Amino acid sequence: MTHTQEHTSHTKLIWKVFGILSAITLVEVILGIIKPEFLHLTNFLGTSLLNIIFLVLTLVKAYYITWFFMHMADEKKNLRRAVVWTAVFLIIYLATLLLIEGSYIHNVLGPLTKWNY
Amino acid sequence: MEATVATDTNGTNWGGGNNKPLGSSYGKMMMWFFILSDALTFSGFLGAYGLMRFKFIDSWPIADEVFTHFPFLHGVHAPMYYVALMTFVLIFSSVTMVLAVDAGHQMKKAKVTFYMLLTIIGGVIFLGSQAWEWKNFIGGSYGAIQLNDGKIIQFVDASGHQITLESFAKPLNSGRTQHIKSKGLWFVEEAALPTVSLNEVIEGFKAHPEITIRTEQINPELKEKIIIPRENAMAYLNESKAVVIGANLKVNEYGRTLFADFFFFITGFHGFHVLTGVIINIIIFFNVIIGTYERRNSYEMVEKVGLYWHFVDLVWVFVFTFFYLV
Repeated sequence: MTHTQEHTSHTKLIWKVFGILSAITLVEVILGIIKPEFLHLTNFLGTSLLNIIFLVLTLVKAYYITWFFMHMADEKKNLRRAVVWTAVFLIIYLATLLLIEGSYIHNVLGPLTKWNY
Repeated sequence: MEATVATDTNGTNWGGGNNKPLGSSYGKMMMWFFILSDALTFSGFLGAYGLMRFKFIDSWPIADEVFTHFPFLHGVHAPMYYVALMTFVLIFSSVTMVLAVDAGHQMKKAKVTFYMLLTIIGGVIFLGSQAWEWKNFIGGSYGAIQLNDGKIIQFVDASGHQITLESFAKPLNSGRTQHIKSKGLWFVEEAALPTVSLNEVIEGFKAHPEITIRTEQINPELKEKIIIPRENAMAYLNESKAVVIGANLKVNEYGRTLFADFFFFITGFHGFHVLTGVIINIIIFFNVIIGTYERRNSYEMVEKVGLYWHFVDLVWVFVFTFFYLV
């Protein structure tokens, strides 16, 4: 056991993160079932305020999973940035272009769709 | 600044030397970069889904009306509950995984074994839940009519709630049976007939003055499907092509074909990741039992499969948001 490093148990932290993730999921589910009209029937940044809340809560969950369950917090800064910055940049880039393009196609094709018979 | 000199490789850090730019073992680092590439693959799929959703923003199916089943609650409208349960199962199996990694750091073999077992059980429960979800999605709940141009027409009662085709279809007993090889042309086959025929649905509609139809189109103010007044409904039904019950890759009763296609493809691809995760977990679980990592003096392999397992959970968090919430 000479090579074994000293490792203190992080059990407490793990359960705390589990509590946070569960609480966020619960909030998401409750909001998703109730769909409060003052959030759902709004238009903000191209979608409803409710959807923006869902997106932010999802990113918070992703942060907790990556940082504390995958122990990204304990990795060296170089590795962390190589993985996280690459992913964040490329995903934002891709999503932005695809969603703008999707709205554009809708603006062009939407009025041509026949809904009356 | 030192000159470039050959430095001792210590065998644990990538590239050897004493600089340790990433401070990580080769295996763990490559797992991180695999996860990065896999994350980008999933982003590509979810991005394509977003593109098509924005393209059909005025007529996409509403998730709350599609995923409404819960085990043992038949006929109860229970949106979200089941998928929330699945999410909790996966988060909890992520917790047991990280507990196994934590126990591994302290070289506690019994604890690692126990937590690995719990993780595998959680993964299997999730896969079973996914199968049940697919079963309900494929089986359908209300049924619909497909028009000649491919649009889907659903039926609603006076209060605007969707009703099943069987609840109003008029039995005509046409005697039409499925064409099978032994009873017809030996070289022609046809798929099983839907439980109600198109004629029965249309005659049933005429006989029930209280029901009407709705199209896929969404009212942007109320974010609900637009209900067509009954006096205009027959003009739509005259265009009917077929009865649609459930979902497949060509047509589904919920609306846009792409909706079901993306559902099958993305949840299927995620489910495949869960399956491989469970298989890898089982392999590592037995390695733990036979003491491989005890002899190796390091439980880093548990950490590496742990990374993969957490990644599967991470992807589910996004799939959950984009298919069920948003």
